[in-house]
Amino acid sequence: MRVRVKHNANGKIRFLSHRDTAGVWERVIRRAKLPIAYTEGFHTRPKLHFGLALSVGHESDAEYLDIDLRETMPLDGLAELLSDLMPPGLDICEVGEVLDRSGSLQQMVDSVVWECVVPTGADGITDRLGEILASETHPIDVIRKSKPTSIDLRPVISSVESHRDSSDELTLLVELLTSGRSVRPAEFLTALEADVPLVRVRRRHQFIASDHGPLTPMHPDVLAPLARSGVG
Amino acid sequence: MTSIWPLVEPLLARVAKPARYIGCEDGAPNPIHSPDKVAWLFIYPDTYEIGLPNQGLQILTEIVNERPDAVAERTYAPWTDLEAEMRAAGVPLFSLDTHRPAGEFDIMGFNLSAELTYTNLLNCIDLAGVPVRSAERVLTDPIIAVGGHCTFNPEPIADFVDIVVLGDGEEVIGEITEVVGEWKRAGCADRLSVLRALAGVDGVYVPALYEAAYTPEGLLSGTHPTDPAAPATVQKRTIADLGEWPYPREQLVPLTEVVHDRLNVEVFRGCTRGCRFCQAGMITRPVRERPADQVRTMVVEGLRRTGYDEVALTSLSTADFSGIGDVVREIVEDPGNCGQVSVSLPSLRVDAFTVGIAAEIQKARRTGLTFAPEAGTWRMRQVINKLISEEDLYAAVESAFSQGWRRMKLYFLIGLPTETDEDTLGIIELARRCVEIGKKHHSSASITVSVGGFVPKPHTPFQWFGQNTSTELQRKVNLLRDAARRHRGVDLKWHDPNATLVEGIMSRGDRRIGRVIEEAWRAGGTFQEWSECFRLDVWLDAMATAGIEVDDVVYRHRTEHEALPWDHLSAGLHRDFLWQDWRDALAEVGLPDCRWTPCYDCGACTGYSIEHVVASATPPAGGSQGTGQDLANGVSVPVVLLPRSPAGVT
Repeated sequence: MRVRVKHNANGKIRFLSHRDTAGVWERVIRRAKLPIAYTEGFHTRPKLHFGLALSVGHESDAEYLDIDLRETMPLDGLAELLSDLMPPGLDICEVGEVLDRSGSLQQMVDSVVWECVVPTGADGITDRLGEILASETHPIDVIRKSKPTSIDLRPVISSVESHRDSSDELTLLVELLTSGRSVRPAEFLTALEADVPLVRVRRRHQFIASDHGPLTPMHPDVLAPLARSGVG
Repeated sequence: MTSIWPLVEPLLARVAKPARYIGCEDGAPNPIHSPDKVAWLFIYPDTYEIGLPNQGLQILTEIVNERPDAVAERTYAPWTDLEAEMRAAGVPLFSLDTHRPAGEFDIMGFNLSAELTYTNLLNCIDLAGVPVRSAERVLTDPIIAVGGHCTFNPEPIADFVDIVVLGDGEEVIGEITEVVGEWKRAGCADRLSVLRALAGVDGVYVPALYEAAYTPEGLLSGTHPTDPAAPATVQKRTIADLGEWPYPREQLVPLTEVVHDRLNVEVFRGCTRGCRFCQAGMITRPVRERPADQVRTMVVEGLRRTGYDEVALTSLSTADFSGIGDVVREIVEDPGNCGQVSVSLPSLRVDAFTVGIAAEIQKARRTGLTFAPEAGTWRMRQVINKLISEEDLYAAVESAFSQGWRRMKLYFLIGLPTETDEDTLGIIELARRCVEIGKKHHSSASITVSVGGFVPKPHTPFQWFGQNTSTELQRKVNLLRDAARRHRGVDLKWHDPNATLVEGIMSRGDRRIGRVIEEAWRAGGTFQEWSECFRLDVWLDAMATAGIEVDDVVYRHRTEHEALPWDHLSAGLHRDFLWQDWRDALAEVGLPDCRWTPCYDCGACTGYSIEHVVASATPPAGGSQGTGQDLANGVSVPVVLLPRSPAGVT
């Protein structure tokens, strides 16, 4: 049985790395005594499949991982059980059984919506954003696999909304495509010449493109697409 | 006193590994502060990764938080990047649990396990906004307390700390809390009055109430109390029964990477193997075993609570725990285990019996095996009283290679008393023969030889010995390196002789070394345990500024009746016992383990009316190490054994 879990990451624990979070999950699953499946071989590992990594310092409303169990179990109460064992700031929002096991979370997700809150005094940012959106291409310098390289930022930006609240903070809601060459929110913010460490970044959604529009990884049609084709 | 997290948070976005500064671990305290409670901040003066697993601080934090009249939090030294951000932003050292400023706690309690962290001690005090010199502190400043093995010679840091605690902390921590609580409730009159009251607590040393005197030639002549409240000699504290202290009950489970990231259960405290170089074995006597039932309970409950899949049974020599084989088998085979549980035994004894246990418990993860013969020849091992015969070592190695290990690590010391080049080169000869044994089983068999320079420590029989110069240690390293090159499969690693030199300055230094530490700290010499941060020039400059010769402090042999900087502090050991053991060392005479043989009155038990607590009066089977007996059959030791008889002579 494969179980998909959606969780958030808020407050102090936003400073955990992806690897740290993986370690926390391994221990929590043992504490919850879930009948987790282990890999074969000499050095066995629990079968956990993590979604897209969240950079250190970012918060999230929408993290996903898949857990393989040796046997089926009812999912009632599982979210509460796991939330109780997690560090403060990490709560399980939703769980669901994955019936179609053909895709991995990392490959399936096509876009991520990020909320970036830029503190006051960020006047030039909307101008630079307008310039980028008006351009055909906007190459940026990034590091990939320890090597400097260039990526065109423009086609990665799917959509952007921005608004200023009463405290003069600028909030950007940007959807960045993750299929193909992806760009990190920090790199997007650097292109806007924002003071990146001062910007609060939160992953709001992860989406999978479909004929019926974007679906979340927890959408019934994603968990069980065969059932959907039976209906349709 | 409130949280300064909003000030800390923006800094964390700019530093490496910010998860080290957030707290939030499972088991972390969430204490309710109030003005009438004594607030302790426990600090390990090195990084989070090194400091978090420290069991001593975890034990004390729990014991304090169980009290209705006190609260405890903890913190560690911020790495240099965060320190720079904190200083630039004016953010003080903070606690990790509720992110309160360190300077607002009543007591800052440091664990000192390594001399090279002394500059970090000063740095943490300074980052807290507290004057580094105790004489300059005012009423509102926290009391700076230190404990841990280094405090058996606290003279180099005497000017910076307010109180020094000797020995086991479990009981004395409560007594200190009560004294400070009473002082607070009485309105915190003056600072001297609380320090004088603390000097009346057994095991507590208040350096400001003592004065060091020197001869016209500049030698120390003694350290004496200047205040009637201070005892002439401060005795260490020892808990009689480890079974009464099943701590930590809720071991911290870090969210990010640390060393020793596993459940740790202390199975006994103290060691009487009697290795003469080993300060830990001398100052933690006698042996006090935890009851086996309690060990099992702590393991089962600890694994269940933490979710760890690995447990370490810790002590100074875990294979010596009575019935160790049964205990580890029961842990591994417990039906309640969720997935595979592995047991690690730090500090393996060198014999085939021990390897047998290791083979049984490491079925799944056959990681490395490490042995510590410490010296390359039998003669040298008699000098240091580490009585491992070559037969024991080769049997252990044969057993390990035949059971699937391909690599082993052997620890050695160089620069030991009476060491000749033949002894030094004996290290490579031992390693070469071990590789030869390994090649019979695997073509890729290899031995990693790890050598460290010997630093004589206070309260050991070698406290009178003049440390090898760094030049001499480097010469010995070169000898070893050249010899190791000739043998495939022998890999040599060594500790920087310059770091050994600096450790030597602080190991046996007197109060005059305080100036050196302060100078080195002011010159930016923090994190000296880290090779990438270690700076010899800072220390040599500081020594020159203070007008102190390395030769006088480090390289000089001490004479029998010379005053030592720690003479007014006692680990229970009689000075004449240590001196006799030093003479025996030079005569290459071994001394048996008193846990299984009659008492030779070192003073550690008799002085405090305590005894060994061991479940088995029979020494472990299968090795001669340290007992001077043929234990091949596991027979009990004859009742009558002359004290000081030559042991294990072949």
